[in-house]
Amino acid sequence: MSKGTLYDKVWDQHKVTTLPNGQDQLFVGLHLIHEVTSPQAFGMLKERGLEVARPDLTHATVDHIVPTANQDRPYSDDAAETMMAELEENVRDAGIQFSDPTTGDQGIVHVIGPEQGITQPGKTIVCGDSHTSTHGAFGALAFGIGTSQIRDVLATQTIAMEKQKVRKIEVTGELDEGVEAKDIILEIIRRLGTEGGVGYVYEYAGETIENLDMEGRMSICNMSIEGGARAGYVNPDETTYEWLEQTDYFQENPEKFEELKPYWESIRSDEDAEYDDVVEIDASELDPVVTWGTTPGQGIGIDDPIPEPEDLADDKVDTARRAQKHMRVEPGDTMEGYDIDVAFLGSCTNARLPDLRRAARIVKGRQVDDDVRAFVVPGSQRVQRAAEEEGLKDIFEEAGFEWRNAGCSMCLGMNEDQLEGDEACASSSNRNFVGRQGSKDGRTVLMNPRMVAAAAITGEVSDVRDLKEVTLA
Amino acid sequence: MSDATEDIPEVDYVEGSGIPIRGNDIDTDQIIPARFMKVVTFDGLGEFAFFDLRFDDEDNEKDHPFNEEQFQDSNVMVVNNNFGCGSSREHAPQALMRWGIDAIIGEGFAEIFAGNCLALGIPTVTADHETINALQQWVDDNPDGEIEVDVRAETVTYGDNEINVSVDCAQREALVEGNWDTTALMKANKNAIEETASQLPYLDQTRSDIEADD
Ligand code: SF4
Repeated sequence: MSKGTLYDKVWDQHKVTTLPNGQDQLFVGLHLIHEVTSPQAFGMLKERGLEVARPDLTHATVDHIVPTANQDRPYSDDAAETMMAELEENVRDAGIQFSDPTTGDQGIVHVIGPEQGITQPGKTIVCGDSHTSTHGAFGALAFGIGTSQIRDVLATQTIAMEKQKVRKIEVTGELDEGVEAKDIILEIIRRLGTEGGVGYVYEYAGETIENLDMEGRMSICNMSIEGGARAGYVNPDETTYEWLEQTDYFQENPEKFEELKPYWESIRSDEDAEYDDVVEIDASELDPVVTWGTTPGQGIGIDDPIPEPEDLADDKVDTARRAQKHMRVEPGDTMEGYDIDVAFLGSCTNARLPDLRRAARIVKGRQVDDDVRAFVVPGSQRVQRAAEEEGLKDIFEEAGFEWRNAGCSMCLGMNEDQLEGDEACASSSNRNFVGRQGSKDGRTVLMNPRMVAAAAITGEVSDVRDLKEVTLA
Repeated sequence: MSDATEDIPEVDYVEGSGIPIRGNDIDTDQIIPARFMKVVTFDGLGEFAFFDLRFDDEDNEKDHPFNEEQFQDSNVMVVNNNFGCGSSREHAPQALMRWGIDAIIGEGFAEIFAGNCLALGIPTVTADHETINALQQWVDDNPDGEIEVDVRAETVTYGDNEINVSVDCAQREALVEGNWDTTALMKANKNAIEETASQLPYLDQTRSDIEADD
């Protein structure tokens, strides 16, 4: 059993009691909700005559179904309009704060929490979305939950959970040009497997992680779940505090910043903390990573050959065969040169301001390939505004990208942004599952945002290092 | 206020015929594609379980156990490893349950998926690769054959075989004691909840944050 880790400390701090079934009951510091997984939970609550226990610790946004082109109400998609109206009614009845599109604060739930400063170190954070692990970048203990658990949290502000093991993933070495946080996490998942993290929480540590900005740390924690780990976190440090200080919450309550800092420092994993497992990764060896298959664990360096299924572990052979057939790739080839029809720059993994900035540097002065439809979907309205103010929108549009409003968009294809037929997509999102982007024959290649920009320009999966970056004025 | 624990059945035992779903890493997007989640209740999700694996673009049936005549009354699904990986959508086990699944036997399950199943009273029990393969084969040969999943004893019986399976401790306890619906259970600890909350250094601030915005 782990001892002295951030996970242990935050867990103990929030533990209410042990339930008869052996699970612990944990207090939830922040409950984020959105339109897709909450309506049924509110329904269950009503059925039982229960009320929302702590609306003050609940925060709502709309992201999954929101259209990113025309957001006039009612939405043209009736089902989307119904879901939005349902959420509006639920939050109004319960008195829950709602970052809806008219506030200018709306966006993907895992982008807006950190922006507003409600994501903080040492909080327990839950949301009916598996990528809630993102908030772990701040040293929060954050995990995705199902709808019945959302009901539990709405009704009691607590959740029943079993304590898990902690695996420390120590990342060292300087990143090569063109390689970023996304590549580190894709490599971790490739190495440890998509189910390797089941039963674990991941602590990301080491100098490479410490040198990342908050956005990079969020990209890594975001995809913990793709490695099977329900939560992932980074110990809070000066980088974390600098971010927090700029947020609305601490701008409005500056005294709280000094008041809470000792708590944040106290929950950092101890020097002599004990872990259930430790894994070391040398990031200096990494090339930009792209996926060749239909699970996020099927990744390779841009120069590496696609593996022979038979060379993989026994339990991976079948999945690899099916994936290669679906993707129409051959073992021995590299992914470089793989034809792309769509370039999607978005999602809670990679649609924050620095992601868009880096991609814009590749795109500037170049043109999107004639056969590619390319679009940028900022992670939030704030990211969108900031990007517009510093001219990124113009750069993307001049290159032939479409510039959209904030939402999940083609990350999961629940709104009108979807792949058609067997289109291949260079995507900065987190899942390449069959059917994920809205077409069951669609093909998704996951990569970092600069690699998406490069693919949009060349019309094929390309090594971004071959395209010289243009420095933004 | 109704006491929710009253009508929660104990699930220490599930019996019925099997249905094999082969393959590792079957993710929630395959179990229920996102486009069917544009709903505000779970009613009617059953017919969309595995939809894209069951139907082609023209809605013609493809080869899939969920389409096969002999499995239409099956309620015990037998799967391979990392089943239910991907999103937290409870729509996935809801769709399976509404199609008719009452228990799942597999090599391994993604955590959130298993937790969601528990919240619905669906046991997810595990055994090793060879054991699962043998059971899947037996189900193919005996589509009407009876399988008994004994959650309490952690065994699965079929034909002349009895195999040992693993059930996560808390899951087993919750299912056999009938306390897998946690809302009422946790709500009863009101005082302890308030006590824990009062110790959290960050809590007041969140409240005043809201008040400041009001
Ligand atoms: S962007 Fe994608 S992964 Fe993130 S919350 Fe939205 S749908 Fe989920």
